[in-house]
Amino acid sequence: MKRNVLPGFRMTMGFTLFYLFLIVIIPLMTLPARTASMTLDAFWNAISNPLVVASYKLSVGAALIAASINAVCGLVVAWVLVRYSFPGKRIIDSLVDLPFALPTAVAGITLTTIYAPSGWIGRYLEPLGIKVAYTPIGVTIAMIFIGLPFVVRTLQPVIEDLDMELEEAATSLGASRTRVLLQVILPYLYPAWLTGFALAFARAVGEYGSVVFISGNLPMKTQIAPYLILTKLEQFDYAGATAIAVVMLSMSFVLLLAINALQGWTTRRLSN
Amino acid sequence: MAGFVSSHRGHASHRPDRAHLTEPRYVRWSLTAGALLFLGLFLLLPLVTVFAEALAEGWEAYRTAIFEPDAVSALLLTLTAAAIAVPANLVFGVCAGWAIAKFDFPGKSLLTTFIDLPFAVSPVISGMVFLLLFGRQGFLGPWVAAHDIKVVFAIPGIVLATVFVSFPFVAREIIPVMETSGTQEEEAARVLGASGLQTFFRVTLPNIKWGLLYGIILCNARAMGEFGAVSVVSGKIRGQTNTLPLHVEVLYGEYMTQAAFAVASLLTFLALITLVVKTLVERHLGASASQDVAPAVAA
Repeated sequence: MKRNVLPGFRMTMGFTLFYLFLIVIIPLMTLPARTASMTLDAFWNAISNPLVVASYKLSVGAALIAASINAVCGLVVAWVLVRYSFPGKRIIDSLVDLPFALPTAVAGITLTTIYAPSGWIGRYLEPLGIKVAYTPIGVTIAMIFIGLPFVVRTLQPVIEDLDMELEEAATSLGASRTRVLLQVILPYLYPAWLTGFALAFARAVGEYGSVVFISGNLPMKTQIAPYLILTKLEQFDYAGATAIAVVMLSMSFVLLLAINALQGWTTRRLSN
Repeated sequence: MAGFVSSHRGHASHRPDRAHLTEPRYVRWSLTAGALLFLGLFLLLPLVTVFAEALAEGWEAYRTAIFEPDAVSALLLTLTAAAIAVPANLVFGVCAGWAIAKFDFPGKSLLTTFIDLPFAVSPVISGMVFLLLFGRQGFLGPWVAAHDIKVVFAIPGIVLATVFVSFPFVAREIIPVMETSGTQEEEAARVLGASGLQTFFRVTLPNIKWGLLYGIILCNARAMGEFGAVSVVSGKIRGQTNTLPLHVEVLYGEYMTQAAFAVASLLTFLALITLVVKTLVERHLGASASQDVAPAVAA
């Protein structure tokens, strides 16, 4: 049992709580406070508006698809980065964090430029009839970009920690390499894999800057939920904006709890 | 047999002198090719595009775009917001780290969850809460108006939103580092007669300096790059309340694509520097740094 013998607890704890309340808790409390002053009817009307429902479907649906693609490709990328070698691996490995570090507005305009009909990729897809920019596909692509590092970075430490002895034992018992991969290694990666997926999904659902440019913001078709919130705020419809935000936040908190649980599972698996 | 040593993050190398412990060569090659194609498409292509578009009309146009007065004032505003947000969150991070890592108390995990809250909040909502607090219809709106203070649609609002979104970064990086180093060294210092501050500066700080640097860099990258939250609280007044990312949006919306990318390239340089520092720090910290994947939910 740790005895608290070091000095400074009261001072640091006091400041910590003070700053936390000032910057985070009190501002966030405005949301439930504002919601409480709305009638149930008004609240329901605000969030069941067809435009709003369409935006939820887009934000959540595209995020799910993007996170799934990231899950599959991220697994391959993580495996390749840990287990194989090739020239330039170090640089590419560092580059995986680019979506973390790059401001979302920059990502937004760049992705739009690339996939617009005149863009470097858009111009090849256009004759094929595939439209990316200003469609849900574009939204998904942007979400893949910003979710990319999550799966890779969550899986890499786990793959690195893999005990070669497990693989050796399975192989010496006669398992083919495929069997070793699917039945020995993959189950070991599940917790981290799911965590990465959940993180990528959570990030994509709330994303604004990277997505809002390529989406085109066409009503009922490519408006993401954060965009609707912003529009309502610009129209001074604070009530409507708050309602949408509360629904989004509830989703985020549920996700946060799930992610924490998953991360706990990952840690317990790793320490076994 | 390909001799691949995974010296990644200073971890143990895998000795694949046994072909049966790895995939057949064609599998390795196709997986690597697939991974590189994916990364090239999603990472390299955007990176190259930023600079290609910025320089599309030559160096002169690039320089003009960057030194244009509105762009300069946007840069100054961004730097100002970061110059306030980063030190403030740094002090908080260190205090929170000391309180959480060196002491036992009930409710610790609740506290860390609260510290993580800004990560879970979409950036637009992060900005919106300050509108709800200080806007004209806000809870403190009348008070602010009565005292003739401008918060939202002005610089203070932008600073507050920036502080909010970059809030957890330093704390999240140094808490694990402080927890790993334990309390023994600090206790020994106390026993030997060091005061609290001496203990902190001479014993704790050297142990956490890499984690601290890491946290500062991430905090700064987020603070300078924030878009969604600042979109909400800024009045988007050219030359006054536009940060660099907002200015990029303005230029892009006016079809001044080359200028938009020129300004964006500045932010991209910042991102690249962040990556470089991150890599350097990781090399010093070893494996422990990379295990903390920052779930930075949107910017």
